[in-house]
Amino acid sequence: MFEPVLLKNINTPDSHRIDVYLKNGGYQALPNALKMQTDTLIQLVKDSGLRGRGGAGFSTGLKWSFITKDPTIPKYLCCNADEGEPGTFKDRAIIEKDPHELIEGMIIACYAIGAQAAYIYIRGEFDFGARRLEQAIYEAEQKGYLGKNILNSNFNCDIYVHKGAGAYICGEETALIESIEGKRGQPRIKPPFPAQVGLFGKPTVINNVETLSCIPHIVNKGPKWFASIGPEKSPGPKIFGVSGHVKKPGLYELPMGTPLREVIFTHAGGIRDGKKFKAAIPGGVSAPMLTEKDLDTPMDFDSMAAKGTMLGSAGVIVMDDTTCIVKVAMRTMGFFRHESCGKCTPCREGTDWTYKVLHRIEHGEGKEGDVKLLENLCGNIFGRTFCPLGDGAVMALRGALKNFRDEFLYHVKNKKCMV
Amino acid sequence: MNYELKIMLSTKTIEDIKKAIANYPRKKSASMDALTIAQKECGHLTQDVLLEIASLLEMPPVQLNQVAAFYTMYNKKPVGKHHVQVCTNVSCSLLGSEHIVEFLSKKLGVKKGETTSDKKFTLSEVECLGSCGTAPMMQINDDYYENLTEVKIEEILKGLK
Ligand SMILES: Cc1cc2nc3c(=O)[nH]c(=O)nc-3n(C[C@H](O)[C@H](O)[C@H](O)COP(=O)(O)O)c2cc1C
Ligand code: SF4
Ligand code: FES
Repeated sequence: MFEPVLLKNINTPDSHRIDVYLKNGGYQALPNALKMQTDTLIQLVKDSGLRGRGGAGFSTGLKWSFITKDPTIPKYLCCNADEGEPGTFKDRAIIEKDPHELIEGMIIACYAIGAQAAYIYIRGEFDFGARRLEQAIYEAEQKGYLGKNILNSNFNCDIYVHKGAGAYICGEETALIESIEGKRGQPRIKPPFPAQVGLFGKPTVINNVETLSCIPHIVNKGPKWFASIGPEKSPGPKIFGVSGHVKKPGLYELPMGTPLREVIFTHAGGIRDGKKFKAAIPGGVSAPMLTEKDLDTPMDFDSMAAKGTMLGSAGVIVMDDTTCIVKVAMRTMGFFRHESCGKCTPCREGTDWTYKVLHRIEHGEGKEGDVKLLENLCGNIFGRTFCPLGDGAVMALRGALKNFRDEFLYHVKNKKCMV
Repeated sequence: MNYELKIMLSTKTIEDIKKAIANYPRKKSASMDALTIAQKECGHLTQDVLLEIASLLEMPPVQLNQVAAFYTMYNKKPVGKHHVQVCTNVSCSLLGSEHIVEFLSKKLGVKKGETTSDKKFTLSEVECLGSCGTAPMMQINDDYYENLTEVKIEEILKGLK
């Protein structure tokens, strides 16, 4: 059995309180980190092999190293707690149950990149979580872990909570920055990248909640320990959120690279109600779905990419053999259509059009050629959009079409579902 | 521009907005906090409320209107005292969220998007709320209700005055 790291305290009573966190070894990494040279600290994170848990899997240490060392330039850290990718519910557990783990990680990250202020961008619906974070920040200030001259190190740092208001696109890092600045959450053109011109025009690092929560453990147990868990190129503990038609939906913290089959059948208890497995979306709805033949794929960034999908947020949505894939595709495209920020035409019009075609197929009004039409539409959106939302929508739909083309064709021809 | 500035917000709300302004190097960056705080008091954001916030943040009212319009959580129209928001995204849908919406619709006597005539309940369908492991689920105002069944919904509704 793998000993949980990130979620080890979440079942302890009052785990969100600072005294409980301290009793369980919390805030021991911070004084040690503050004694290190920032370069050494960044190298440590690089050596651990930690890759961003927000979806893209970019090396965290490398991201931090892009920030200028010029002490006269203000810098910012943003914690991405938008958790908007459907099927994802992992960051919420850390925020509500172990907020100090995140906050300790954030203070260390701020020190490493030389930021004196950080914002946690939390989705507006997580009102309870936002209050937990504010309470935790207050407790940390009282103990001298935040504010001026932290632990007599001359390092100052403040953390603020910024609440979103129901826009998925604000999880995209440049839209997130716009939103913290108090504007509409529409993505910015890259370059310049946030590491050069980010929040309030200053160098900025954006990291996911789970990514930052790994940091105290890496400082405490060393990069070798972290790198030894799971695959060499994609190591560490990973939180998998399993939902849908399984017996035991929930969060499972396992080594990166645990096979999809094991996540679904060993940990989440397999398919409920005596039904059979049909498909699984491995990393939130933007990730193309996988079928039976892919069940032995290790769940890490590279192995998932090799299967034409992505680890994404590791929100695993499991579907049994009664599931209508056309309906799932329609619902997914409905989501992207709703969340398209409207800035570029291929995404705004493309998601709307594909949704309408899927809607008519699902409702028995599909026309001959509709499946081809969908494929063409995908081709006209993919790679032509301003930000990755449009590509995510297309990848999801292509995954469904590739694996279940017959089901779509049957729907069109027979005006009904085959399941 | 000519408009009359009316005072719509309580002293407490204005104080809270001023506290939020202190979190940012630029005043108008507090626009989202201000909208959230004001909405807690007012239920929905009228043009008068928006004008007052814009003046507190020293930003052009049109800019604030654009922000308010962009985000779905800011209510531009009145909503009932209890805003019942059912997630119908994929994970919840797989576990019967449509049925939950139908059931609520029957119980409350309104279609989705509508408010009951006594203004107590508004029923909405929303996108994933980050609670997929406890699907099907809904949010009423700020609170999450998870692993929903008909029995559970009856109890929840009974508990809301
Ligand atoms: C449309 C879209 C939505 C995203 N939503 C989230 C999100 O909810 N949470 C998150 O951490 N990252 C999200 N991301 C990824 C972020 O842009 C960014 O890559 C990530 O926060 C970086 O942190 P990491 O390096 O720690 O993974 C999203 C990206 C896109 C394109
Ligand atoms: S791809 Fe979609 S979400 Fe991204 S900028 Fe274009 S319209 Fe907005
Ligand atoms: S799909 Fe309903 S909470 Fe995520």
